[in-house]
Amino acid sequence: MDILFSERNRHLIVTPVGEIDHHNSLTFRRSIEKAFARSGAHNMIFDFSRVDFMDSSGIGLLIGRYRELSKTGGKVYAANVGKNISKLFGVSGLAKIIPVFNSIDNIFEEIKGGK
Amino acid sequence: MNTENMTTQNEMSIAFSALSSNESFARTVIAAFIAPLNPTLSELMEIKTAVSEAVTNAIVHGYEGGGYNMFVCMGCRKLHTSDNTCIIEIEVADAGVGIPNISQALEPLYTSKPEQERSGMGFAVMESFMDSVEVTSIPGSSTKIVMTKELTLG
Repeated sequence: MDILFSERNRHLIVTPVGEIDHHNSLTFRRSIEKAFARSGAHNMIFDFSRVDFMDSSGIGLLIGRYRELSKTGGKVYAANVGKNISKLFGVSGLAKIIPVFNSIDNIFEEIKGGK
Repeated sequence: MNTENMTTQNEMSIAFSALSSNESFARTVIAAFIAPLNPTLSELMEIKTAVSEAVTNAIVHGYEGGGYNMFVCMGCRKLHTSDNTCIIEIEVADAGVGIPNISQALEPLYTSKPEQERSGMGFAVMESFMDSVEVTSIPGSSTKIVMTKELTLG
């Protein structure tokens, strides 16, 4: 597992690489919290383009970040969610609190459009 | 699901230490066992996810974090249903603390460990990704999860 970070318009873009399960979710969490604290970002985007596998530990990880960012009015988005992870978003109701977009560009288009 | 009268065509079982690093091992083993049946990528991912949930539950809840000298037992059977279908039955068992209230544990979003950022969605995921999920538990002694999924043979 690995995790990549980048920043765009006060959004921290988080790109986990590999599998997200209970075994590594705490490492992901700490790494994301550290990167977010260091960044000047207000919002967070999870880019799933390089995630091969995720179970409900990933849902817990996302809900945790949603709760944290909500305290300061920040938003959490998800992009590049493949078919299989998309099912997990549906079952858990995660899609109701974390908007899912086809691509990262789509998120910024939406924000720019003020929708 | 009652699979008692079905013919077993292939079977495996293993025991492994209740360590979180073995969650990946467990789902990979099941994936390798069913690979010759040519499941679709989607079926394979659903089964792997359900196995991951069951094994994680055994380690996190059954064994309260686990350890190398505690064991998760996992088995998988291929059951004959017709010439072009079969049922995959997966069993995940632990000799841990057990579940005092199964119906509460099965409720979506219920978790006994909210501080660990557990989503409480494990059973909901197993139930939606598999055709059937049965949980039996003896509080203070053991928990067993039996899940089935029908596959069309390619």
